[in-house]
Amino acid sequence: MRDMPQVLAEVRSLRRQYGAVLALDDVSFSIRSGEVLGFLGPNGAGKTTAMQILTGNLAPTSGEVVVNGHDLLAEPKKAKQAMGYLPEQPPLYREHRVDEFLDYCAALRGIPRRERRAARERSKDRCGLKEVGARLIGNLSKGFQQRVGLAQAIIHAPPVIILDEPTVGLDPIQIREIRALIREFGKDRAVVLSTHILSEVEAVCDHVQIINKGRLVLSDTIANVLRRVRSNTLVVRFRTAPEIAALEKLQGVETVQPVDNGRLRIFHRADVDPTDGVVRLSAERDWGLQEISPEHGSLEQLFVQMTETVPTP
Amino acid sequence: MIWTIARRELRALFMSPLAWSILAIIQLILAFLFLGHLDVYLQVQPRLALIPNAPGITEIIASPVLGNASVLLLLIVPMLSMRLISEERRNRTMTLLFSAPVSMTEIALGKYLGLVLFLLFVVAVTALMPLSLLVGGHLDFGMFAAGLIGLSLLLSAFAAIGLFVSAISPNPTIAGIGTFGILFLFWIADWSSSDSSGPTHRLLRYVSLVRHLEPFLRGVFNSADVAYFVLLSVVFLGLTIRRLDADRLGV
Repeated sequence: MRDMPQVLAEVRSLRRQYGAVLALDDVSFSIRSGEVLGFLGPNGAGKTTAMQILTGNLAPTSGEVVVNGHDLLAEPKKAKQAMGYLPEQPPLYREHRVDEFLDYCAALRGIPRRERRAARERSKDRCGLKEVGARLIGNLSKGFQQRVGLAQAIIHAPPVIILDEPTVGLDPIQIREIRALIREFGKDRAVVLSTHILSEVEAVCDHVQIINKGRLVLSDTIANVLRRVRSNTLVVRFRTAPEIAALEKLQGVETVQPVDNGRLRIFHRADVDPTDGVVRLSAERDWGLQEISPEHGSLEQLFVQMTETVPTP
Repeated sequence: MIWTIARRELRALFMSPLAWSILAIIQLILAFLFLGHLDVYLQVQPRLALIPNAPGITEIIASPVLGNASVLLLLIVPMLSMRLISEERRNRTMTLLFSAPVSMTEIALGKYLGLVLFLLFVVAVTALMPLSLLVGGHLDFGMFAAGLIGLSLLLSAFAAIGLFVSAISPNPTIAGIGTFGILFLFWIADWSSSDSSGPTHRLLRYVSLVRHLEPFLRGVFNSADVAYFVLLSVVFLGLTIRRLDADRLGV
């Protein structure tokens, strides 16, 4: 397979236990070059644990991590050299100046003295930090601090970049800028992005993984996921309360769930469109159909579905 | 890599007002004590001149100043060492080191080296005061050097203990108090026992930091005492590395 992009990071059957709590249970995935992988899950699902294990901040109870061909346990230095990590809370020394801090990070990642300056300038350039090099990190705004965190993660030009909730606490413009940056990194590297913001995944990722209670419940390309979501649900609203059982008997309908404002969500099989049936039934029984639409493509219902019910494969 | 981390530690120290105020206060107190010792010497000097082989200014001024410095630093090292690891952990900056291609040993040694270099600087500045006596007298350089080496070794051991306590503490204040407690216990270990010949007393005497510093101040360079300080440092550095590893294992 010559055209398949190179696998840059691979995680095999990762498990992590905190005492009796199983934070990660048999999680496996891989990331290829040129891919942005969205790691999605509700709070406490194990996203951060997975990121910490991937970056060597936490040891897994069992399982293995291979980054750029180096096993994280056997060759931690080589594996870590190939990764840049921005944790949830950017690890910044508030009392340092931006330039000083980035120089230190460059030195920590083993960039030779002569090349440090160039590496620092390149990384500042990409993250829009040109003007703040001489300022104290502690005095920067949250958005700029986040960018320093990003600059720190990419200073050694790692093939794998791992970002844990990089847009939390930023204003909408900053969010757009950071997302644009992430997409740019995704062109020639592998990016893992953890988030609980669904629109973020839609906006920047090629690949989605949903994690819930420590297990991967979905792993697919964003295109497939969106297609799946878009074609399988209808949202309807009636003036009077309909008989849900009757709706469920329609051909192709799988389940009907109430949503807010008296709306109902009809899940149906991908190959049958029950719209006609719903309209006819409503007219026959005089329910007063007010609204009917195929659900707008969004990850939300899939996410809710995946994280609330036990998925059937 | 060790050097990179040590340099940042030193820099962080000198960027904060803490290091400067500590240096200033140490100088102030030692200058006061130094002048006190000098005064005593000037009073007894006429009588000393009559005694053959009388103690000189090194015994009466220089060594006591170093002894004073060791007690003073017992109080001060915890304030310097407390933030080494616990603060990074609290500010969540430890991630930077853990995800960089550096081993736990390098992290521990880097932080240790940073503090030790600062303390050596303190020793150098302390040494200047007795050296100023050269203007009007002679120092016993062998004895003085032994004292300086002893003080440096003692401080290295302090630093290792401080680093370890910082690694096991959830926040800097607890680390500071904990370090002070441990250092003080090591200091007074031989005070408690009334039976001065029992095995417990002999053991406590051996553990006591003072017992191993005193020979240096008298000008005796004993390799057993050197070994004691080196061993103490190595043990606590080893424990620190283990503690950092445990952090990663999440236990």
